[in-house]
Amino acid sequence: MGLSATGIRSIFAVILLGLTVAGCGYNTIPTLEEQAKAKWSDVQNNYQRRADLIPNLVATVQGYAKQEREVLTSVVEARAKATSIRVDASQLTDPEKVKQFQDAQNQLSGALGRLIAISENYPDLKSNQNFLALQSQLEGTENRIAVARRDYIEAVRAYNTELRTFPGVIWASTFFRSNKPMAEFTASEDAAKPPQVKF
Amino acid sequence: MKAAGIFSATGGRKRLAAALLVSLFAIAPVFALNFPALTGRVVDQANIIQADTRAAIEQKSAELEEKSGIQLVVATVNSLEGQEIEPYANELFRKWALGEKKKNNGVLLLVAPNERRVRIEVGYGLEGTLTDALSKVIISNAMTPRFKAGNFSEGISRGVDDIITVLTTDASEWQKRPSLRLDYQQPVDSTSWIIFAAVFVFFVLLIVSPTFRWLFFNIVLNVLASSGSSGGSSGGGYSGGGGASGSW
Repeated sequence: MGLSATGIRSIFAVILLGLTVAGCGYNTIPTLEEQAKAKWSDVQNNYQRRADLIPNLVATVQGYAKQEREVLTSVVEARAKATSIRVDASQLTDPEKVKQFQDAQNQLSGALGRLIAISENYPDLKSNQNFLALQSQLEGTENRIAVARRDYIEAVRAYNTELRTFPGVIWASTFFRSNKPMAEFTASEDAAKPPQVKF
Repeated sequence: MKAAGIFSATGGRKRLAAALLVSLFAIAPVFALNFPALTGRVVDQANIIQADTRAAIEQKSAELEEKSGIQLVVATVNSLEGQEIEPYANELFRKWALGEKKKNNGVLLLVAPNERRVRIEVGYGLEGTLTDALSKVIISNAMTPRFKAGNFSEGISRGVDDIITVLTTDASEWQKRPSLRLDYQQPVDSTSWIIFAAVFVFFVLLIVSPTFRWLFFNIVLNVLASSGSSGGSSGGGYSGGGGASGSW
């Protein structure tokens, strides 16, 4: 044998130590943190997707319902405000920032709801193919937002629970001291519900 | 059975029990809905599809899966249990894990006759082909007019036909597949001896070192506990909420 027994032993010890640390949940906090951040980027992407649909939608409605200037302007303004607020993954621990983002998006949801409601009064608009396609895309996007939000809430719950419960709390109070709980969404489910579009 | 074996083999009972408790809490589901079991390509819980239509749909769905790998399942339910159809369909899709795990290429056509709601839930990987707008067109042209007249079998059958047409129009995707499958099998041959060596080392460690044994069972337990959260065993596909719904 080239290697001494103690040499082999120490190599095994190092490998085992690494595996033991991994087995005890050292990796759980960073893993859950990354998962929650990824879910957040899904949320943000889906809101962005909605924002991208709006100029086209506004242009289509404008062609048929010019007199609804007030509603159209409120949508454009709410969109501008909503797209100006972005929350980095590193800012998720700041409840104030997340609330700002959420409020702006909720305001846009409200304005969009009014826009869809007034479109009921214009039969020509309602039967416009472009408008119908945009409406179903908007509906689909609202549903994706609802799904992404639910996934994010679930991921944050898992992460926050890990920080506070055994054995995660041991790692959280030693190696991951800088890891703070992430902010959850607080709005009522109503805001996340897709607007009902009748055909 | 298996869990009991792990407990007696490790000895660190208290610690394992605590870990198990924590992970059980972590995997508690958000919705406690009673979903029907995935018994086949057509799960007709509400009993609204005629036998011959059912056989035809199963046949078409099987052909689709053979050609393209896309898994299309038709489901009818007696009740949405107070949920909107959108979250219900999404949860059901994820529970059944339709489509291949890597491609997320599943489609679920869900009909709730008592709530008069229908939804096409599209897996993440097919959102670009079967778009929300197309799904909506299929529902409002092929399906809801027939549902209105009480003709569920024909409405569902036409919906399935349209979905398949949309999914198979772009043939370039699935024509590549036979070659892909061949590529898949090749690397196994060249790496098999490495796998063999790894397995050998693993078993030696398992026999020689008690610490390793403890560790291994601990990891197995962890994996067992955490795999529950991903839900479903078939396919492994995922849906981010694509598709469209309608009512009649």
